[in-house]
Amino acid sequence: MSIAIYILVMAGVTYLIRMLPFTFFTKKIESRFLRSFLYYVPYAVLSAMTFPAIFYATGNTVSSAVGTAAALILAFLDLPLIAVAVAASGTAFVTGLFL
Amino acid sequence: MSLTFKKGLLHGLPIGVGYLSVSFGFGIQAVRCGISVADASIISLTNLTSAGQAAGIDIIAAQGTLAEMALVQLLINLRYALMALSLSQKLDNSFGFLHRLIASYGITDEIFAVCVGQEEPVTPKYMYGVISVATVGWVLGTFLGALLGEILPASVTAALGLMLYGMFIAIIIPPAKKQRSVLAVVILAALLSVLCKYLLPMLTSGFSIIICAAAASVFGALLFPREEDA
Repeated sequence: MSIAIYILVMAGVTYLIRMLPFTFFTKKIESRFLRSFLYYVPYAVLSAMTFPAIFYATGNTVSSAVGTAAALILAFLDLPLIAVAVAASGTAFVTGLFL
Repeated sequence: MSLTFKKGLLHGLPIGVGYLSVSFGFGIQAVRCGISVADASIISLTNLTSAGQAAGIDIIAAQGTLAEMALVQLLINLRYALMALSLSQKLDNSFGFLHRLIASYGITDEIFAVCVGQEEPVTPKYMYGVISVATVGWVLGTFLGALLGEILPASVTAALGLMLYGMFIAIIIPPAKKQRSVLAVVILAALLSVLCKYLLPMLTSGFSIIICAAAASVFGALLFPREEDA
C-alpha cells in the first residue's frame, strides 16, 4: 500500500479527534470512569509501546538493556527528557563498542 | 494587553525547543523503519503528535491494515478530545467556527497546558502563535533526525534508536513515582505488552498497543477513579 494513504488515514483520524470536540461538542464529560480512563491512557500507551520494544531498539539486547537501565535511573532522578534520551543512547553506544 | 500573536510565539518557544529534540528521535526512528526524509517530515507536519506517530511508522513498516492504523491513532490520541473539550470552554468570543477548525490542528499536550494556564480567555491569534513555533520545532527536528539517520553510520543510528524510548521513559517515570495509580497502570501495561509479544506473536504491534493500553487504563479507572479535575 502507498505510504500516502497511511499518512492520510493517520492525519485524518488525529485531526478529527481534535477538531470534533473543539468545534461541535462543548459539554463537559460527566462520567468519572471515562475521565479516569482517559487520564490513564497516555501513560498506558507509552508503557506498552516502550516495553518490550526498547530491548530490541539497538538491534542488540545487551546494549539496549544497558541503555534502558540508564534511562530508568535518570528518569527516576527527574532529569529532563533530552538528558534521559541522550544518556540512554550514549550508554548503549559505548556498550556496543565492547560487544 | 490581551493574548496577542507575539505573546503566543513567546510562550511557544520553549515548547518548540523541546519538540525539536523529541522529533529528532522520531526522525531517526522513521528512517530506520524505511521511511524517507520527506515522508517523515510530512507525517510530523500533518500529525503533530509523538506517540501516535511513533506507533504509526511501526504500522507502515509492518504494512499493517488501514483499520489498524485508524484504531491505533484513535486510542493513542483520544486524550486530545478531552483536552479539546476542556480548552473549548476557555476560548475568547473572537474564536469563531473557522478559527476552531484551524486551531484544533494544534492541540497537543504541551500546547493545551500552556493555553489552559492563561488567565484571560484564549484568542485565535495567541493560539496560532504558540502552534506555529511548536510546529516549526517539531517538523525541523524530524527533518534533521531523518537526514542524519540516513548519513550517520549504522552503529550510531542503532544507539540513537533508543532516544525516542528514552523520552517515553522520562515522561512516564516521574508521575509514576508520585502516584501509585499511574505506577500500577504503567507496570500492568508493560507486563501485558510483554505477554502479548511472546505469547501472541501473531498480534501486530498496533493491536497489541490498543489491547494492552485499553486494558491497563480500564483497570486504573476501576481501581483508582480520579477526583474531579480539569
